[in-house]
Amino acid sequence: MAKLPIAIPELVTQFGPTLNRIPATGWNADVEPDKLVKTHCCFCGQQCGIQLKVRDNRVIGFEPWEDFPFNQGRLCPKGVKRYMQDEHPDRLKAPMIRKTGAGFVPVSWEEALDKVAGEIKRIQQTYGNDAFALLGGASLTNEKAYLMGKFARVAVRTANIDYNGRLCMVSAAAASKKIFGIDRSANPWSDIPLADAILVAGANVAECAPITTNYLWQARENGAKLIVMDPRMTPIARNADLYIPVRSGGDIGVFNGMLHVMIERGWINREFIAQHTTGWEQVEEVVRKYTPEYASKIAGVPASMIVKAAEIWGPARSSFLLHARGIEHHSKGVQNCMAAINLVVATGRIGREGCGYAMITGQGNGQGGREQGQKCDQLPGGRDVENPEHRKYIAGVWGVPEESIPHKGLSMVPILEAIHEGKIKGLMAISCNPMVSLPNNAYVREAYEKLEFFCQVDFFLSETARYADVVLAGSLMEEDEGTTTNVEGRVIHHQKAIDPPGDARADWRIICDLAARLGVEDKFKYSSPEEIFDELRVASKGGVSDYYGITWDRIDREKGVFWPCPSTDHPGTPRLYEGNRFNHPDGKAHFQAVEWKPAAEETDSDYPIILTTGRVVSHYLSGTQTRRIGALVDQYPQPLCEMHPLLARKLGIAEGDFVNVESRRGSVTVRASVVKTIRPDTVFVPYHWPLDRAANNMTVRAIDPISNIPEYKICAVRVSKVNAPHDAIAELAMEAGGVR
Amino acid sequence: MNGADGMEFFIDHSRCIGCRACMQACEECDTHRGVSMIHLETIMHADSVQTAPQICMHCEDPICAQVCPADAIKKTPDGVVQSSLKPRCIGCSNCVLACPFGVPKYKAEINQMMKCDMCYDRTSIGKRPMCATVCPSGALTFATRENIERTRQGVAIREWQFGGETVRTKVNVLVPRGVENIHVTIEQIGLTSTDEYDVAALLQGD
Repeated sequence: MAKLPIAIPELVTQFGPTLNRIPATGWNADVEPDKLVKTHCCFCGQQCGIQLKVRDNRVIGFEPWEDFPFNQGRLCPKGVKRYMQDEHPDRLKAPMIRKTGAGFVPVSWEEALDKVAGEIKRIQQTYGNDAFALLGGASLTNEKAYLMGKFARVAVRTANIDYNGRLCMVSAAAASKKIFGIDRSANPWSDIPLADAILVAGANVAECAPITTNYLWQARENGAKLIVMDPRMTPIARNADLYIPVRSGGDIGVFNGMLHVMIERGWINREFIAQHTTGWEQVEEVVRKYTPEYASKIAGVPASMIVKAAEIWGPARSSFLLHARGIEHHSKGVQNCMAAINLVVATGRIGREGCGYAMITGQGNGQGGREQGQKCDQLPGGRDVENPEHRKYIAGVWGVPEESIPHKGLSMVPILEAIHEGKIKGLMAISCNPMVSLPNNAYVREAYEKLEFFCQVDFFLSETARYADVVLAGSLMEEDEGTTTNVEGRVIHHQKAIDPPGDARADWRIICDLAARLGVEDKFKYSSPEEIFDELRVASKGGVSDYYGITWDRIDREKGVFWPCPSTDHPGTPRLYEGNRFNHPDGKAHFQAVEWKPAAEETDSDYPIILTTGRVVSHYLSGTQTRRIGALVDQYPQPLCEMHPLLARKLGIAEGDFVNVESRRGSVTVRASVVKTIRPDTVFVPYHWPLDRAANNMTVRAIDPISNIPEYKICAVRVSKVNAPHDAIAELAMEAGGVR
Repeated sequence: MNGADGMEFFIDHSRCIGCRACMQACEECDTHRGVSMIHLETIMHADSVQTAPQICMHCEDPICAQVCPADAIKKTPDGVVQSSLKPRCIGCSNCVLACPFGVPKYKAEINQMMKCDMCYDRTSIGKRPMCATVCPSGALTFATRENIERTRQGVAIREWQFGGETVRTKVNVLVPRGVENIHVTIEQIGLTSTDEYDVAALLQGD
C-alpha cells in the first residue's frame, strides 16, 4: 500500500528538502578539527580524493587532498560543498513506519525490521519468490553492492534484483564487452594528455565530469586536436578544434561517416585488423553507404564536419575516445557505443600509452557497482548468472546449493513494468530515487502506488521514499567504510569520518539484520565491511573483474589499485589490452557492424521539437543530496528549458518566460533560457528535480534491447508560453519542486 | 616580488568551464564567512558559454589603495594587496569604483570592503590558494613560472593597458603567443553580442 501518507507540502515541511547553508560549527576561524580524514567525494564516478575536517564526530569542512593522483586536490562545486549534507536538519535518524493521515512515525529497529521481513515472507508465500523485488544503486560501495546481490540470491531468493546503474552505464558496458570482452575503461586517465587526437562523444565533461577537463586541456597544450560531439555547445565544445553539433540520436551518422572517409583515404590499420580482430568485413560493408552526404543527413550536421573529424582522427599517431550518456541513453545506446569504439579498433590505437578509450562513469561507484552482482543477470566478479560454471563457483563461495541461486531476473524498467502489471507485489530499495530518475514519471508513480509493500533504505526522505511503508534510516558514504571503483577502474578506499547520527544504522548492518530475520544469519556474519570485501575478493577471483589481489591495506599504500589484480603480488592493471591481447576466447577484438535506426519516438507535426535531458554541474542525479545544500541550489535553483533564439522567436518566447514543455506522457512548467549554444530543433531540460519540474515527466519509456538503458536523450515535445503557475506544488520551494 | 618558493598565480580564461568550484571553495575560508571573494563573469550568457574568473590581480601600484581616503588597503612586502583593514575602512567604496578589474566589493552588512588577498593565510604558510587548488580546469593555477612555461602553450603576461593607463599586476594571465599586453578599449567594453558561437550558424556549414 505504497501511497503518500499525507500531502506533499506537509511532507516537505517535515522532511525537506531544506537547505543547509552553514557549517556545523558556524563560520568560525577558531575551530580546529580533531582530524582530517583522507577519503573520496561521494558523488560522481571520478571519485576525487578529498579530506574531510572532523570535530566531535561532526564533519565541519573540507581540505583539498593534493597528493591523491587522480585529481591532485581539484574538486568541482559538489565536492567542495558535499560536507554540508552532514549535520543536516533533514537527516533521517530512526526507522519509520507510514501512518495514513499522520505521515511517518519513528519506531524501534526491532519493529521496523520485523515488519519488513514479515512482509517479504508474506508476499513470497502468497505470490511466489519473484513477486518481491530489490533495487540497488551505483552509489553503493563495492561491499554493499556485493551484499545486495547476495542478499537477493541467498536471503530473499528472488531473481528480481537490479540497480540504478541500469540508467547509467549499461550501454557502455555491453558495447565494451561485445567488442573486447571486458567492461571497463581501457586506459587510466594519465593516457589522455598523451593522445594526439581526442574524440569526446556525448559527454558534457565540464559539468558532469569536471575534473576530466584538466586532462583534456593538458592534451591540447601538448598539441592534441579535440573533437566534441554534442547537441549543445558545452564549455569544452566552445574551445574544441572541431565541434560537431550532432542531432540527438544521430551519432552513428558521424561515426560510420568518419569510418567511411578513413577507409577511402587509407587511414585504417589493416595489419592490426588482420591479426587482432574479427568482423571487419561486415563493418566495411555497412559503412560503404555512409558517404559524408548520407551520414550528414542522419547526424543533422554539414558533411564537411564529418570529413574534418575523419581528417583529425584518421591519420593521428595516438588517440583517445571518451563517451558518456549522450550516446548511451538511447534505445540504440549499445549500437552507438559500438560504432564509436569501431573507430578505435579500426586504427589499432589501443593498449598503448596515449592510445585507447574510456567510458565516463556517471555515478560514484558506477564501475564497481556493476561488477559485484547486483545486476539481474550477474553474479560477483562480473560473472554470468546463467553460466553453470559461474553459478557453481559462487554457490561454493556462499555455501549454498547451486540450484538455490535464482536465474536471470528482470532489469530495472521491466521491474517497474511488472509492478504496474501486478506481477511484482513487494519492493525494497536502497540508494535510488526512481520518482525523479526513471522515464515517464507518471507511470512510475502509478506502479509504486500498486505495491502491497515498499521499503526504502535512505538517509534523506527522497521523493520515492515518501511512498514507503517502512523507511530504514541508513548511512551516508562518510558514515561507513568501504571501497568504490573509479572511472579508470581504480579501486579506492572511502574512510569512515563519523558515526551515523541518532539511531541511523550502517547500510550493511541493515541488510545483514534483515538476512538474519529471513533465516540465513550464518551466511551474513560480518563484523566489518572489510570482511565483506575479503569475501568479495574470493567471489571475484578468476572472474573478469578480478579483485582477489586487492586488499584495503594495498589500496591505502598505493593510492588505489586497478583491477584485474589476480594476486596480492600482482601490480594491478591500469591499462587493458597491452600487447593487443583482448579478452574474448580467441584473444581478438570483435568489430560490431552498426546500422543507424530512428529513436523510439521521433518528432512529428504534433510534437515537433526534440527534448534532450541531462545534468548541471551543481547537482547530482536525482538531487536527493544536492537539492539540500544551499550553495549548490543557489548556483542552479530550478530547471530551465534551454532553447535557441530562432525557436524561441517562432514560439513567441523570450528569456525568462514561463513555458510548458509537453510530451505525450507529461509536462513541466519552467522558465525559458534562450541561448545560441543549442541546436534550433532541440530543447534541453536538466533532470535533477521532482514533481511538476521533473524532466522525466516527458521522457519515453523505451529501452535498449541489449542493455535495457532508457532513452533519456531523445523524445518529442511541444513547447508553449504559459502564465506563471500558482498551484500548491508550484508554490513549494524550488529545491522541493516549486518554480519561481 | 614573488614568494621565496617562486610560486605565482596564473589565469587562463580559455580553460574556464564556469563550474564555480572556485567561488564555492573561496566561501569556505573561515574569515570570509560564506562570502566568495572571487567573481565569475558570465560575459554574454545568451551567446556563449564563455566565463571568466576574476581574482584580485594584485597591482604593483594598486589603484584601490591610492584612492582610499582611510589608508585601509595595504600591500605586503611580497606584493599581495590585502583586503581592507576593519578598523580603518569607512565603507566609502572609492576602491570599488576605481579598480579597473572590478574586484573590491562593498559589504553593506559589515560596512566594509572585502576582496581577494590571494589566500594570504594559506600562501604565507606554503599552501596554494583555495581557488587555484580546487579549479578542475586549470584556469586558475598557482605554480612556478618555469612549470607554466614548460606545460602551457600560452604566454604569461601581466601588463594591461586601460585606455591610456598602464597597469602592472602580480597575477599573470595566459594569452596566445605574440600578445604582449592587453589593451582594453571603450569599444570592447561596449561589445554586447556575438554570433561566433551560434550553433544555428555552424549548422549552415556547407
